[in-house]
Amino acid sequence: MKKWKVLSPLIVLALWQLLAGLGLLGKSTPTPVEVAQGIYQLTVTGFPPGYRLPGHIAASLGRVLLGFGMATLFAVPLGILMGWSPAFDNALDPLVEVVRPVPPLAWLPLALTWFGLGMFSSAFLIFLGAFFPIVLNTVSGVKSVDPYLVEAARTLGAGEATVLARVLAPAALPSIITGMRIGVGIGWMTVIAAEMVGVKSGYGLGYMILTARDVARFDYVVAGMVVIGVIGFLMDRLIKAAEKRVLRWR
Amino acid sequence: MNGNGRPALELRSLSKSFKEKKTGRTLEVLSGLDIEVRPGRLTCIVGPSGCGKTTLLRVMGGLEAPTSGEVFLGGKPVRGPGPDRGMVFQEYALFPWRTVLRNVTFGLALKGIPAREARERAEVYLGTVGLSGCEDLYPRELSGGMKQRVAIARTLAVEPSVLLMDEPFASLDAQTRNGMQEFLVDLWMRTGTTIVFVTHSVDEAVFLGQDIIGLSRRPARIVERLENTLGYPRTRTDPEFTGLRARILEYLVKEMAMERKI
Ligand SMILES: Nc1ncnc2c1ncn2[C@@H]1O[C@H](COP(=O)(O)OP(=O)(O)OP(=O)(O)O)[C@@H](O)[C@H]1O
Ligand SMILES: [Mg+2]
Repeated sequence: MKKWKVLSPLIVLALWQLLAGLGLLGKSTPTPVEVAQGIYQLTVTGFPPGYRLPGHIAASLGRVLLGFGMATLFAVPLGILMGWSPAFDNALDPLVEVVRPVPPLAWLPLALTWFGLGMFSSAFLIFLGAFFPIVLNTVSGVKSVDPYLVEAARTLGAGEATVLARVLAPAALPSIITGMRIGVGIGWMTVIAAEMVGVKSGYGLGYMILTARDVARFDYVVAGMVVIGVIGFLMDRLIKAAEKRVLRWR
Repeated sequence: MNGNGRPALELRSLSKSFKEKKTGRTLEVLSGLDIEVRPGRLTCIVGPSGCGKTTLLRVMGGLEAPTSGEVFLGGKPVRGPGPDRGMVFQEYALFPWRTVLRNVTFGLALKGIPAREARERAEVYLGTVGLSGCEDLYPRELSGGMKQRVAIARTLAVEPSVLLMDEPFASLDAQTRNGMQEFLVDLWMRTGTTIVFVTHSVDEAVFLGQDIIGLSRRPARIVERLENTLGYPRTRTDPEFTGLRARILEYLVKEMAMERKI
């Protein structure tokens, strides 16, 4: 079974090469070989010329980390409070449920007036994309904590603050990490879209893809897509590995 | 063991009712209980299943407020839970993300005991329950009996004046349960802690208890109060043991029969 993990992408690549090579996918679709060359050129020459791939990656990652970091910082304590106190939950849940379905990109016009073009506008959109999955998973994690654990802590002398920090937070950690995994994934997708409309010069994978399209360099477009996919995959793996270490007790 | 006449824990005409969420009716669970737990003694409370034993223990522990009546600990009224009344739950309630050692130091840190001293004290109590060498294991790596011994060590470590135990051995297999009963008697004789032990097993109550309190079916009233003067360790085949067990069983069967008639 395991060999299919390697074999199936290879078959897809071969088919793609064949069909695109024969021109059956339309004139603009590059072949895998062209995409590989595109990645190479992006790395050494850069696109727009001088703006090399590592710079694009660093810019996009930086925005995601800023937005995702802020989202975690706010969402986890808020989720713990909402999970712990029905009053908090009742007060904030309707707000969360109404704001949540608004796509982060819809905030862009406002974000631009608040933060201007660049880093902070994109980071804000990522913040919005990552925030809600983290809140919701934290809330459900806290709500499903075994009440006996809280009672045991109380009989051992724990007050409310201790219960929150030493019982509810660690007990909900598996759910919190799940929320973070979903959040960083959504944040990564959001950054690309945010850069397509919110970045007008410089670095960023989304910005690079859109600029490449404007000059019909579809090899760069697909090269950018491949890089985005691989980085998203690696981030997920990284969090999974961290999760395994942090949740050794499970 | 303080030999003065004052009870360690005292319940005065204590009643407890719950409001049923669906029907809105009130459900009376405890009805006018007067109980005096004498210091240093092992008191067992038996009663038919569903009669309100857990509720009674939770009121003693302060996890549930009585509807009327009061609970006194060393003469002072009890409000809310606190480390002066240690609780051991049937479900162990260990913190799964903490190692055995850190489960035991949890309450010590809250008392403001410095980390090193807490560690040493935890090790002493883990030794007391026979778990030296298990300090760095996580709860999932322990058997049921071991988990319950960690829970007991965690509670004993904060040195409560009363240890409240709610059917702590009910989810263990028969063999482990017998072992844990012997272990508890031994632990109690070594530490002299005041213990209130709730069970629905008459056999367990007679094996452990010096004072045995029998409850009626819900709403629980006290229908039986007796002293078990048999020395430890007790033998289940002893005629006095079987006699005592038969006597308590008889009242329990009566209680169950009445329930069936209703
Ligand atoms: N929080 C609560 N709200 C409403 N009813 C409750 C609550 N806690 C307990 N009860 C009811 O009180 C009664 C006594 O419950 P309790 O758990 O104290 O009995 P028990 O003697 O410990 O039973 P068991 O032998 O099953 O352990 C039951 O009918 C139960 O449904
Ligand atoms: Mg019970």
